[in-house]
Amino acid sequence: MPRIIRQKIEFEGSIEERDVVIEGDDLPVWQATETFTVVGTPVTRVDGAERVGGRAHFTADLYPPGLLHGAVLRSPHAHARLARFDASAAERAPGVRLVLSAVNAPKIPWYNGKSWLFDTELRYAGDEVAVVVADTPAQARDALDLIEVEYEALPYVIDIDSALRADAVQVHAEGNVLGGPERYERGDVELGFREADVTVELRADTPDVLHHSMETHGSVAHWNGESLTIWDSTQHIFGVRRQVAGALKIPLDHVRVVSPFMGGGFGSKNGAGKYTIVAAIASRQLGRPVRLMFTRAEESQAAGKRPQSSQRIRIGAKRDGTLTAIDYWGASNLGAYRSIGSPLAGPIKELYACPNVRTEVLNVFTHIAPCAAFRAPGFVEGTVALDCAMELLADKLGTDPLALRRRNYADTDQVLGRGYSSKFLREAYDLAAKAAGWERRSPTPSAPVAGHGKRRGFGMASQIWGGAGSPPAYAEIRLNVDGTAEVRIGTQEIGTGAKTALTQIAAEVLGLPVGRVTVSLGDTDLPYSPLSAGSQTITSCGPAVRMAADEVRRHLLDTAASLLEAAPNDIRLEAGRLFVAGVPERGMTVAEVTGRMGNFTLMGRGFRGPNPEGVTIRTFGVQIAEVEVDLDTGEVTVLRVVACHDVGRVINPLVYASQIEGGVIQGLGMALREEHVTDIDSGTVMDLGFDSYAVPRSSMIPEIVSLAVDKPDPIANNLGAKGVGEPPIIPTPAAIANAVANAIGARVTSLPITPAKVLKALGRLQ
Amino acid sequence: MSPESQSDTASTVRLTVNEHPEEVRVSPRRTLLAVLREDLHLTGTKEGCGVGTCGACTVLVDGKSVLSCMMLAVQADGRAVETVEGLARDGTLDPLQQAFIEQDAFQCGFCTPGQIMALRGLLRRAPHASPEEIRHALDGNVCRCGAYLRIQAAALEVAKSAEARRNR
Repeated sequence: MPRIIRQKIEFEGSIEERDVVIEGDDLPVWQATETFTVVGTPVTRVDGAERVGGRAHFTADLYPPGLLHGAVLRSPHAHARLARFDASAAERAPGVRLVLSAVNAPKIPWYNGKSWLFDTELRYAGDEVAVVVADTPAQARDALDLIEVEYEALPYVIDIDSALRADAVQVHAEGNVLGGPERYERGDVELGFREADVTVELRADTPDVLHHSMETHGSVAHWNGESLTIWDSTQHIFGVRRQVAGALKIPLDHVRVVSPFMGGGFGSKNGAGKYTIVAAIASRQLGRPVRLMFTRAEESQAAGKRPQSSQRIRIGAKRDGTLTAIDYWGASNLGAYRSIGSPLAGPIKELYACPNVRTEVLNVFTHIAPCAAFRAPGFVEGTVALDCAMELLADKLGTDPLALRRRNYADTDQVLGRGYSSKFLREAYDLAAKAAGWERRSPTPSAPVAGHGKRRGFGMASQIWGGAGSPPAYAEIRLNVDGTAEVRIGTQEIGTGAKTALTQIAAEVLGLPVGRVTVSLGDTDLPYSPLSAGSQTITSCGPAVRMAADEVRRHLLDTAASLLEAAPNDIRLEAGRLFVAGVPERGMTVAEVTGRMGNFTLMGRGFRGPNPEGVTIRTFGVQIAEVEVDLDTGEVTVLRVVACHDVGRVINPLVYASQIEGGVIQGLGMALREEHVTDIDSGTVMDLGFDSYAVPRSSMIPEIVSLAVDKPDPIANNLGAKGVGEPPIIPTPAAIANAVANAIGARVTSLPITPAKVLKALGRLQ
Repeated sequence: MSPESQSDTASTVRLTVNEHPEEVRVSPRRTLLAVLREDLHLTGTKEGCGVGTCGACTVLVDGKSVLSCMMLAVQADGRAVETVEGLARDGTLDPLQQAFIEQDAFQCGFCTPGQIMALRGLLRRAPHASPEEIRHALDGNVCRCGAYLRIQAAALEVAKSAEARRNR
């Protein structure tokens, strides 16, 4: 019987209460003592052959018959009003079918009612002015030049400091700070600093960082009568469906969203884009499928980014290293639109034990492109401030930075005043320190490497993050007459290996080899699943798949019992074979049992059970970087990164290691190279692709050691697993910055750590 | 109106793609990438940037790796083009493809065909490529998910088995 329960759900640093439907009781958690044959083994990707064979069809690969192509005209101004708009020449151009703009498009609210699908006030350089739909991509692009627009340029504000001035241009009527300052305080911070023997203070700055997913943002929309099908490069098919149905005022069951493969999102594809709605509107008007994919340049201008941050932190401690106070101020440059702030203060409030903590975070609107969630939003930036300050403190105290972290180990959640479901960060410290050879670290600054003007250094940083997952998520499994199983779940495979892990879970429960289990996902015709973000896919969907498989297993045991003339309780299922306990020869294979069932299909349904009450679920981890700095050129080379995370039970160690490496590499890019640049004078974007925005490349990748504590969480969910997607990016930039400081004895906390900044820190460049 | 008919200068291009002879009518501005994807329905070759900076569109032309977004279709006249779809033989994956799966050398998989074709080009030129050659040969191919170390390992595995065969 379905019942509705109230759940506190944590997602990417914020908590909300939500009603969730639960259909029965959850299964007991897979405890540490259980043994497995498929779960916990390095199964290669179940969709590997499709991906390496060029047979994985992404949204960008769909060319249905009659396809029309869209191209977007974007504002060249940081802030402007449309004074005159004339698309008549464009409409007459060869192949052009439609030009949509504020003149003729339906007025659909966008950005939480702050704007429209096509607004006449343009609030960033790159804001959508019009969309041309034509027979070919080239015709659509060519016609953009024929649209005549006069803009009335308006005053604008680009950076955090200017936006916070009393006389600043207001981006929105509510002011330039989303929801006002976010303040948190526990204990007495002033008292804490008076009690401190040592105080350190630093400023940390992180730039706008672009996601640059290899598949750009985009949709292909196709109406068939009253029904709309959308292929979308998205992390949330059900979210896209809800947004599209709402925007077009059509019932949910008329919208199907499909995304079987998607080429990377990292948080930037958490919902429908304007491109999705525009493609749908154009397709309906023209009676043809319409494709609207971003160019790489548009990916730089209007696809979201990790927002630039500006932070100040002060930490007080006793001589033995015990923290007495933390005072923190952070600001995040959201750009023109955003409905939720960056949880910059998350790690500051919770990662280390400290009785007196005060934080203030300002989420600032400016006339630059809207930011988006980006792999552990806020926490990557906040950890740069916190963990660089911690190592500065260790240096000042003359103590080992790892010892300092151990001294300030937080056994409980100090914000909510309750325990953690599990925390194995100490174990992670031990494993990582051993693997990295932490004992080789010399006090700051390290001695020059003999003979060639370089110094080497070690740095570390810890991470804390959610990744608990939550209901609702649902799954169905069908067991066919030939003994193959089909898992049906409306989640997304965004490249993380979720499909493989879910296959393993079902195969484990059903006693089948992985090759006998198929997972269907990426289609709103399948049971609901949440968005693939917040490191929650396995922790939300995995338990539902396990429960569905468990129901099929019970049916299978019952059926076998009737065939083997034994009580169901006496039937065992091992390695694809059902037999009577104690009498292994009295048995049959799964396929033999299902083969006796005619066309009857055994079915099972499962749901994600509620989260445990009264505890906080977190992932924890530590990363240690070893770098070499060239004192003559300022160049930083990362030699090695050792990562060890507590993410509960690891379902697939191969895919786990890939996730760790990917997070480390993205963090390394942010630490040393990546910087999205907006011209402060004009408000326009200076980097329009990979030629000018330096993503990590093959030859700069260091050795990466991926370790896991691999202890199941005893209560988090029925798998004992926690999320792994975001944890590895969080400590990477801070660990690298700390390693550079250890090497050269000067601290660069403005990312990226370019050679010029290193030379300035060394006093070798003005 | 088809794209080709708009241009007076549309010309016929004859090329082989994965050993099949093809004949296409193309206007001069269209790229080899566009023709492969839109006309020949070979969507394994991806467009990551369209301006020669990411390598997702890498194919082999006369055995050498080429960015197909930077080559006009008319330039491919008379040439032999190989795409990722042509690597498997009778349903059996190429050793490099197999190594990619075993090493988990991809995440989202969007850049994967380009990575594989760039490495195919390298290994054809230098079948026993060293780890250093492999690392640098891939500098033109962006993998935003960060599978680089595994891509390098897959390539090295294939290079080493070629080495082993040579020494046998």
